[in-house]
Amino acid sequence: MAQVYTSRMPVDVDAAVISNTRLSDDYSVIALAAPELAALAAPGQFVMVKPSRGADPLLRRPFSIFQILREGARPTGITLLNKRVGAGTTRLYETAPGARVACLGPLGRPFEPADPPAEAWMVAGGVGLAPFATLAEAVLAAGGTPRLFYGARRASELYYVDLFERMGADVVLATEDGSRGQKGYVTGPLDAALRSTPSTTIVHLYVCGPTPMMHAVAQLAAAYGTACDVSLEQVMGCGLGGCYSCVVLARDERGAPHFVRSCIDGPVFEASRIVWDALAH
Amino acid sequence: MDLSVSIGSLTLPNPLIAASGCFGYGVEYSDIVDLASLGGVAVKGLFLAEREGHAPPRIVETPAGMLNAIGLQGIGVHRFVREKLPELRERGAIVFVNICGTTIDEYCEISRILSDHEGVAAIELNISCPNIKQGGITFGCSLTGTHDVVSAVRKATRLPVIPKLTPNVTDVASFARAAEDAGADAISLVNTFLAMAIDVDTRRPKLTNIVGGLSGPAIRPIAVRMVYECRQAVGLPIIGMGGIASAEDVLEFMIAGATAVQIGTANFVDPFLWRKLIQGLHDYLARHGISRLADLTGSIDTTRKETAWISS
Repeated sequence: MAQVYTSRMPVDVDAAVISNTRLSDDYSVIALAAPELAALAAPGQFVMVKPSRGADPLLRRPFSIFQILREGARPTGITLLNKRVGAGTTRLYETAPGARVACLGPLGRPFEPADPPAEAWMVAGGVGLAPFATLAEAVLAAGGTPRLFYGARRASELYYVDLFERMGADVVLATEDGSRGQKGYVTGPLDAALRSTPSTTIVHLYVCGPTPMMHAVAQLAAAYGTACDVSLEQVMGCGLGGCYSCVVLARDERGAPHFVRSCIDGPVFEASRIVWDALAH
Repeated sequence: MDLSVSIGSLTLPNPLIAASGCFGYGVEYSDIVDLASLGGVAVKGLFLAEREGHAPPRIVETPAGMLNAIGLQGIGVHRFVREKLPELRERGAIVFVNICGTTIDEYCEISRILSDHEGVAAIELNISCPNIKQGGITFGCSLTGTHDVVSAVRKATRLPVIPKLTPNVTDVASFARAAEDAGADAISLVNTFLAMAIDVDTRRPKLTNIVGGLSGPAIRPIAVRMVYECRQAVGLPIIGMGGIASAEDVLEFMIAGATAVQIGTANFVDPFLWRKLIQGLHDYLARHGISRLADLTGSIDTTRKETAWISS
């Protein structure tokens, strides 16, 4: 069995909403005052958020930690990239500064940043951008230059490109309608980049986005023999390994598939372990 | 003030037990909850062998509740005693092992294996999971099935035997009586209510298993009523559960007749709720000048002051 990663002491904070910036009719970025949580967070980890008290909605929702907010060097809070899809995310989309949201974390197995000279290439689709700001920071801190392949349907849905550019990441964009960057899926420029990279360069892929996109990147990684980690977002009940709701079918070291909990065995998995056809598309 | 309660020969420091299926094997929570501070930990249901469970999606949220159809994914009793029980013992947890079988022999064999290991406080018989086709609820929905499995396990182990009853029957109290007649040491109820939810856009069920078990605050009043009915029917200690999320909810079940309670869905929402519940119970006892929490069990006052303006 894979080693189980647990954050040893997650905290549950009643975090004040500092700001809720609407990026579109569906997307917003919520800044939360949560210094303890920000200090503990590792790249790719998530938090379980309850946007309102009481029983409507009842359960928390998992969110990748998008940014660590700091004053000087001191961590002060986190941001969440929220896409409105259901009752909980709609409540969060509508939440106002000063409101409080219960926020439990950090949780889950984090990304392990590639050590230079190995190159970290991050591949994001849509809201799958969320775990990569913290990973980019970690790669930069280790002396590397992260590369971000970022795809969306159209230019207006590519968010925070400037954030990654300001950090010093090398950003490659793709849109399905061609309104910004290369036209088509982000796997197009990724494939070209992998093909033109000399075999002496070690690349480590980190992927988060829609399932078909992650599956396609996993296939490219297998074809090029590239290390590839994916961050899988599943419906979660507890985030702590208690409920067995968030399972994904993953192979063990003997190649046998088993349902494993994406909250504590993941959300980051080696792409080659995942039985992609069993994942909901 | 004394929060301790007794279930047969077992004394628990307080009535708060983590419900089976909602707390993993307990060890998942050992870094954030002092397991020894709980009344007990009911671990995830175990068959003899490992099981993969159902394909996801396995849960869906519903008004003030959730449906689950996990399908009893589990590591089996052998891996449990090898991999999980030692840590639970080390942490001082009072361990209720929930067991499932497709045959009476399987229940008995698991019980014998558990009896051979230190650190198991009691066996909770899952005869009520709504999500599996074979075993479990097929015993729990038949009075003779309930009687037969309880009496067989009773003979197979020295450990306290606690059948967990399903609410998916017409008269749960008759099942409590069957369990008592068969030699159960206590009963726990309720397991989840069989339920379903449908996505109207796709017209597909929201769970892969089509149906699942409803839990959470939505079921609480029904569960309280069922505990009350069982209290009238049997003298056994009752472990009540169903949507408990606050100290007031714990008290409601106890006053209806529960000796102890289990907490499931609320632990998903707030894994730190245990100490808040304990504090809330202390506050209640202080406010009412009661020294022993156990005195509340079954203390419901059903005498009614006549209200002249309501007549039938």
